[in-house]
Amino acid sequence: MTTLAEPRHARPVSRGLITRVTDRLGSGVVQIFMILIALFWLLPTLGLLVVSLRGETENNSSGWWTLLTKPAQITFENYSNLLASGFSSSFWNTVLITVPATLLVIGIAAMAGYAFAWIEFPGRDTVFLVVIALLVVPVQIALIPIAKMYGFLGIFGSIVGVVLFHVAFGLPFAIFLLRNFFVGIPRELLEAARMDGAPEWRIFATVVFPLAKPAIASLGIFQFLWVWNDLLVALVFADTDNQPMTKALQSQMRQFGTNVDILAPGAFLSLIIPLVLFFAFQRYFVQGLLAGSVK
Amino acid sequence: MTERLNGPQVPGGDSAAGPSSGPRETPADPSLAPSAAGDSTGSPDSSAEADPEPVAPEPAASEPAVSKATASEPAAADTVATADEPPAGPVAAGYPTAAPPGAVAPAATAGGTADGTAKAPVRLTPSPRLAVLFLLPAILLMAAWMIYPVIYSIWRSLYDATGDRFVGLSNYLSIFTDSSTLTTIRNNIIWVVVAPVIVTALGLIFAVLTERIRWSTAFKLVLFMPMAVSLLAAGVIFRLVYEQDPDKGVANAVITTVHDAFSSSAGYPGARPRENDQAPAVLRDGAVVTRQQAQPGTPVLIPLVGLGQDVVKDAAPAKAAPGGDGLSGTVWLDVVRGGGGTLNQIDPQEKGLAGITVEAVSGGAVKATTETAADGTFRFSGLPAGSYEVRLPQDNFTAAFNGLTWLGPSLITPAIIGAYIWVWAGFAMVLIAAGLSAIPRDALEAARIDGATEWQVFRKITVPLLSPVLLVVFVTMIINVLKVFDLVFIIAPGSVQPQANVIALEMWRVSFGGGGNQGMGSALSIFLLLLVVPFMIFNIRRFRRDEG
Repeated sequence: MTTLAEPRHARPVSRGLITRVTDRLGSGVVQIFMILIALFWLLPTLGLLVVSLRGETENNSSGWWTLLTKPAQITFENYSNLLASGFSSSFWNTVLITVPATLLVIGIAAMAGYAFAWIEFPGRDTVFLVVIALLVVPVQIALIPIAKMYGFLGIFGSIVGVVLFHVAFGLPFAIFLLRNFFVGIPRELLEAARMDGAPEWRIFATVVFPLAKPAIASLGIFQFLWVWNDLLVALVFADTDNQPMTKALQSQMRQFGTNVDILAPGAFLSLIIPLVLFFAFQRYFVQGLLAGSVK
Repeated sequence: MTERLNGPQVPGGDSAAGPSSGPRETPADPSLAPSAAGDSTGSPDSSAEADPEPVAPEPAASEPAVSKATASEPAAADTVATADEPPAGPVAAGYPTAAPPGAVAPAATAGGTADGTAKAPVRLTPSPRLAVLFLLPAILLMAAWMIYPVIYSIWRSLYDATGDRFVGLSNYLSIFTDSSTLTTIRNNIIWVVVAPVIVTALGLIFAVLTERIRWSTAFKLVLFMPMAVSLLAAGVIFRLVYEQDPDKGVANAVITTVHDAFSSSAGYPGARPRENDQAPAVLRDGAVVTRQQAQPGTPVLIPLVGLGQDVVKDAAPAKAAPGGDGLSGTVWLDVVRGGGGTLNQIDPQEKGLAGITVEAVSGGAVKATTETAADGTFRFSGLPAGSYEVRLPQDNFTAAFNGLTWLGPSLITPAIIGAYIWVWAGFAMVLIAAGLSAIPRDALEAARIDGATEWQVFRKITVPLLSPVLLVVFVTMIINVLKVFDLVFIIAPGSVQPQANVIALEMWRVSFGGGGNQGMGSALSIFLLLLVVPFMIFNIRRFRRDEG
């Protein structure tokens, strides 16, 4: 063994030394580069946070980074002003839109995904291909027709309309993701249940649904973030009483320069909950991403 | 390695596709057997009973080992923080196998679903009517909110703004003739050409480099975080970054700092000599030059005006330069606060101008360069005797550099693309990193031992093995970029939105944002749909190939 290794050993030593040195140098450069990149990515959000914590006069006279040298500038005045101006109602609208839109998508897509995965019916593959095709349909296509339809149904401007829109457009991805997961569930489990004569409803509710928790978590966080962060749908379908945070903030953008003291804390408030969810469930978030990076 | 990879799969997806499904496939399945055979090999004799080995795994086995590994590896790799979390039972193992192949390693799913669709024994399959019940809510919603709108939009796009008059294809015609929609198409082309390439390339670089740092989890979280933030918040964030005033916008603050570090523009904009015959210096081509040739030994006086007192309020009083060797002189503001003083003479209250570049010119060539001291004096040492023209180059008097107008008409699209990259690079990185962790280390190590440089390993092994993932990321980005709306809408100020406009935004502007032309809006949305159709087909093809 050693004799075999001997002749190969000679050269790698000298090269090994060089590579060791260059590796160390290289990794040092890589470290610095990556630190700079990470800072580059953190800085803009940090800037938003600091701006939201500084008074209007400070923001107008000096850059947010001067807070580093003058920590006394911190104030929560912007936040209290924002909440006093009725921003909290748009926060609740966001919740009222996001929670039902997420739960409905999970329930409806779980049923459909189950049917696509485990129930035989004619034309199943074709219908599923249609679902895949719908994955990339742009939201814009539905704005005008659905606005007409909502006008006809009398739900234009209401939260119900916004929720239904989000549910419909969330479905293709949700069905795609859950169906692909259900297909991977060991068929022994289902067949055992079917042998026992359990009705399909109960198999779905007691066998499949509990097994699918990771997939449902992925889908849930995805749909939640998608709806929470939406602007366009709200812009068209939610009127001022029912507008979520994104639309409320967008209406302030026109006077960006003078409204920074509203926009910065508002934007920061709107991203706190997604960020917390993201850090808590990032595992599922990434899994969902890997499962359905087509939207 | 192989065992570790395949281990968690056993209870999950691939096992259902592979060995376990073979025996279960009963001959009492006549209606489904042909479809299974037709889907995969096309040979009628190799159906269920003839071949206990299921058909589907065969194409999978012929795939290179890499893609097989890719299918299972994401189970461990796809979580940013808890990379090596052990599978918690059949579900944790089964889920990633079932889901990621579509995204990460299309080829490896070959078995997974083919048996799900084709091999369910008839006696245990519930009736199709039940499927209708399960599917009804989803089908209704998708039909009413997605399919019907496509049909309605096609019809509506053939009518005029109010919807009363049939105009044929003229809405579509005006998309390609109207100068404002042409701008939006041009911008969309810029977006599609630039953004997906940069995002994918950055994602690849970051994914490769994270393998060389210990804090890769933290790095991934930082880069991935913008994905959770709404595009509106990202827009607000970048409006702050791109503020014009270098004292507010961090982009211009950085740029002006770097710029000032490399060019020593002292910045006395507006400073100039007096415009009369007595003035010892005159303005020529933007530079201030002495009227008479100067000789070493005789101090030169260069009085300037045109600066406010606040500019020099902290400056030192001007002094006459001592004579003696060399060419010397004084540059100062020849104005006494409150009036008085002698013109073209240094008065005690007058201030020197520090940091001004001074050149000694002879025969049209610069012979020496120096800079004024705090009191405005300068001296060229070691200059040969002779007569010189003393010149203060134009740089001294140009306005201070104030950064770039990011949100102006010319830079607005690159600026928004910058924000887009900030949002999406983490997405690309995480996807590519998942693919990367599935590449067999042996291949890379073997190449390194054979003396390949890191660059060769990257170029000849890593990138080719990653190409399926890179393609998925790239296509996902193109689809996403075609629909880009929020960032443009939020970052571009109202006045430059026409220059930054993209199709998705123009559609909204035309039909809801004051345009009131829903015929045109419908045509634009159909146009947008047509643009994503190739990618729709791409997805369908990929899915069908995956399902074998």
